[in-house]
Amino acid sequence: MTRFFGTIVILGLTAIPAAAQDTKKEIQKYQQMIAEGSPVELFELEGETLWKKPQGPHNVSLEKCDLGQGAGVLKGAYARLPRYFKDADRVMDLETRLLHCMTTLQGRSRDEATKRVFGNENQPSEMEYLSAYIAGQSRGVKLAAGHTHPKEKAAYELGKALFFHRAGGWDMSCASCHGEDNKRIRMQELPVLHKPQAARPIMATWPAYRVSNSQFKTMQWRINDCYRQMRYPEPKFASEATIALITYLTVTAAGEPYRGPGTKR
Amino acid sequence: MAGPMKMRATAQGGTTEVRVLMTHPMTTAQSGQPLHFIQNVTVKQNGKTVIEAEISQAVSRNPVFSFRLKGGAKGDKIEVSWLDNKGESNTIETAVA
Amino acid sequence: MTRRSLLAFLGLLLAKPLSVLAAWNEQAFGAKTAPDALKGIGASAAAPSKDIVIEAPQIAENGAVVPIEISSNVPGTTAIAVVIEKNPFPLAGRFEFKEGALPFVKLNVKMGETSDVRVVAFAGGKQFSATREIKVTIGGCGG
Repeated sequence: MTRFFGTIVILGLTAIPAAAQDTKKEIQKYQQMIAEGSPVELFELEGETLWKKPQGPHNVSLEKCDLGQGAGVLKGAYARLPRYFKDADRVMDLETRLLHCMTTLQGRSRDEATKRVFGNENQPSEMEYLSAYIAGQSRGVKLAAGHTHPKEKAAYELGKALFFHRAGGWDMSCASCHGEDNKRIRMQELPVLHKPQAARPIMATWPAYRVSNSQFKTMQWRINDCYRQMRYPEPKFASEATIALITYLTVTAAGEPYRGPGTKR
Repeated sequence: MAGPMKMRATAQGGTTEVRVLMTHPMTTAQSGQPLHFIQNVTVKQNGKTVIEAEISQAVSRNPVFSFRLKGGAKGDKIEVSWLDNKGESNTIETAVA
Repeated sequence: MTRRSLLAFLGLLLAKPLSVLAAWNEQAFGAKTAPDALKGIGASAAAPSKDIVIEAPQIAENGAVVPIEISSNVPGTTAIAVVIEKNPFPLAGRFEFKEGALPFVKLNVKMGETSDVRVVAFAGGKQFSATREIKVTIGGCGG
């Protein structure tokens, strides 16, 4: 009798890790299927229209904007951001650079251009559409954020420090959730973002369409929302801190072929 | 005015794979907002209707459909149109690649 | 008929021209239970079939978008319907395949909660069905 029960207990114990693995596999299948049947390209289409639309007091489009590869060169531009820009003498990520072009090329005020950087399901923001379009132009290009210029190195170091620095209402850092293996929030596994292996697939699929709220979200939003979830004060759009974190994460993910705007839960 | 549509049709191994993306809120009754969703989708191959679909508010926002057609060669014209409960509609036409 | 009433009449006709021509099974789509939805599409007596292939994840990270790929190997399939049993209005769609189309469709549906998804294939005047349970989870934060 005891032997019989012993067998049952052993079978029960081995079943638990197997079930966890099955769950992970099924979630991966979900992620793969939604990516294959994603409406994300619709946002890229709209972004293309906005890129070519004359706006602002200068009444010009963004088509001459230099995203790091030359004026108007989009192929591979996103994959090589953030990077140092001589004309602004600072490291800039995509959205910061777009803001720069909106103010310098199009003559728009920073206030006007940043009035609505994060949209909603009924009306995405200009930044979101543009990010989708430009990111899409880097499909297949290896992530290669700038890391040689002194300011690029400084941004990386600052980002790394911020990643591990505990503060805010709940005394949390990015590492509180993204610093240890085998952590999850409900069913979502938390990637350990300071490790290249985990950072690579993540950075290769942002910005992304989130099916849970039908919205297209960018990295500036992602950082902003993580800070909100940690009960920090809201970071300023295109601030040094947000650019530093994005730099740190993208450099950590260096070499990964960019997959294009992602589709996520 | 309806948002953009996108479609890709590729001929492979005797069938034509059609993937079509539609911009549409597909607002449900649960949302508290007025019901606004696509009800009919029509697929035409070289002018001939090959698929007729009736769909509900249960289809996700910004619908994406994949269909398969028999045969089909490069250059064939595929047309997909939709009609919603408010009488709004949109159409896209693509040549099979 | 006066000119004004004729114009009004014509106005009524032109107001929703396409919707007058396109059919939409209001009764079936308005059904609040799976049996009523199946009745509405004439599939109450659908027989279980292993020839309906449903490709879908067992777990959906979010119920707003649940991808389902359906293929019917039942010979002579002319239509496929999708019924999500626990949804407030279970009938999600009905796809009619005319000459030239294969009985195949991939779509994204909304699911309010974990539920059986029933696929009905219409072939040769008969109906066949297969079901698949899809678990819907509430996600954590993040992306």
